[in-house]
Amino acid sequence: MADRRGALVSAASDARVLFGAAVLLALIVAAAAAPLLAPHDPLEQDLLASFLPPAFQAGADPVFPLGTDSLGRDLLSRLIYGARVALTVALVAASLAALLGTALGLIAGYFGGWVDAVISRLVDVWMAFPPVLLSIVLVAIIGAGLHSVIIAIVIIDWTRFCRVVRAEVLVQREQDYVASAVTIGLGRWRILWHEILPNLLPLLLVLITLEMGIAIIVEAILSFVGLSVSSDQATWGGLIQEGRLYIHQAWWIMVLPMACIIVSVLGLNALGDGLRRTLDPVMRR
Amino acid sequence: MTVAPTLAVASLRLDLGHTPILRGVDIDVMPGEVHGLVGESGAGKTMVGKAVLGIAPAGARIRSGSMTFLREDLIAMPERRRRDLLGRQIALIPQDPMTGLNPVLRIDRQMTDPLRLHLGLDRPAAAAKALDLLHQVRIREPERVLRQYPHELSGGMRQRVLIAMAFSCRPQLIVADEPTTALDVTVQRQILRLIKELQETAGTAILFITHDLGVVSKICDRVSVIHSGRILESAGVADLFDFPQHDYTRALMRATPRYDRPGDLLQPVPADLTARLIAEAEALDA
Ligand SMILES: Nc1ncnc2c1ncn2[C@@H]1O[C@H](COP(=O)(O)OP(=O)(O)O)[C@@H](O)[C@H]1O
Ligand SMILES: [Mg+2]
Repeated sequence: MADRRGALVSAASDARVLFGAAVLLALIVAAAAAPLLAPHDPLEQDLLASFLPPAFQAGADPVFPLGTDSLGRDLLSRLIYGARVALTVALVAASLAALLGTALGLIAGYFGGWVDAVISRLVDVWMAFPPVLLSIVLVAIIGAGLHSVIIAIVIIDWTRFCRVVRAEVLVQREQDYVASAVTIGLGRWRILWHEILPNLLPLLLVLITLEMGIAIIVEAILSFVGLSVSSDQATWGGLIQEGRLYIHQAWWIMVLPMACIIVSVLGLNALGDGLRRTLDPVMRR
Repeated sequence: MTVAPTLAVASLRLDLGHTPILRGVDIDVMPGEVHGLVGESGAGKTMVGKAVLGIAPAGARIRSGSMTFLREDLIAMPERRRRDLLGRQIALIPQDPMTGLNPVLRIDRQMTDPLRLHLGLDRPAAAAKALDLLHQVRIREPERVLRQYPHELSGGMRQRVLIAMAFSCRPQLIVADEPTTALDVTVQRQILRLIKELQETAGTAILFITHDLGVVSKICDRVSVIHSGRILESAGVADLFDFPQHDYTRALMRATPRYDRPGDLLQPVPADLTARLIAEAEALDA
């Protein structure tokens, strides 16, 4: 697969892709090795050590490198475990949204006619709802928890994949290689699955990366309003919510998780944009 | 005549939306014959080929006429039957070798799919057959080419692959839509020779679409001249060049460079002739 390999090599030399890949790698390592990396149990309280500042500030305790929260829990450990929740949601929700949206987009784009009309109207109506409000309402209805957050994101964001995939299938199906496949006698499903879908993979890679950034934000928002995982589990959104109450005493409780979210989302967006720029010329040639 | 034509198109009229594109096309391609369909760009040549293959764009509607393949009706043919014929009995050599192959699939996949589908070969047998086919179209290092992606091959190589694919199931009929137009002149000559050789060996009938009378003279047995979706004249290739019947055929000849008379001045098809032909064609639409 020399041209894609070539594209990946040039993608890797793009500074934004490098930054994004580094962030993604850091997230993966933090999430996978949380118990090894975290210096403390993220739930372990030490009321005598509450509101300790990060190590670089006066009055810090080196045992808690990024300080502690109101209950004396280690902030670094909570951030690392928070990465676990964020990445899980990002990966699972983005993949499932991609699966659902791509399936419907492929069908709408390739078969056209009333199937396309129905799916496209559905997408239009769906996208008319404000997404954050919709997700809050959804989770409020199906109940808080990690799986609810994932379901909410999938239900809301499949439309992103559906729209883009449908448009790309409309372009691809006019290509000569599709006419060739027809004149070889291949069936329609086979052409859609074996001929057209492989041409969409770079595009899907880009969309999934961008969607992971979105999923991290949505998860944080839902944690912030208390609709994500149970409140004693460490999440970035939950930390922000807690830190908001003590912002004048202990800025780090709110600012550090915000920084984690911002860097993660920036990184994933940079990765997605960089991949798009480098993979697109290969796709369109 | 007792021999049935391989392909018989009669009085075919086809609209795209509400625009008439074909206005009564008659073509008989006899077994083992290379039948040229020649005309300027926009004449409707590609649309004839697509109609025959059943891949006309959405919005195309056949208003009247008939198309048969070995006496079998191509227009009323069920989708399943058409899929079975395509690739096995009827094949296409597309115009543009750059886009006719799937950019993200290896050559071996693209060559073995139809072999497995139509000839029922298993994977190793299909791979062996693909290798053999690449030898036949004289591709160097065929083992390597099989593992490559289309963009790694030159235009001439890709066209050879597409030709190999078209002949792979020994079809009765091949529609070749300007198979050499996208290639440079020396490659063009080799490819024409290759097609002719394979065609003669296999006895395949070819509907050979081109805008170039020079190409017609090299490969075709019979020719039909098309303009504005109408066949103006149909003749054996020698007769056509020696005794062109239609004004337009003569004009087309004056517009084509001749290898035997390189000094001749080329004259474009006169505008008043084109205008007359369009008026005649549109008179048929009423
Ligand atoms: N997909 C299409 N949409 C609209 N018009 C088309 C399409 N394909 C062909 N046509 C029109 O049909 C006519 C014949 O086209 P075509 O068969 O491609 O000509 P040729 O192959 O002889 O150059 C032209 O006037 C062209 O503009
Ligand atoms: Mg054409």
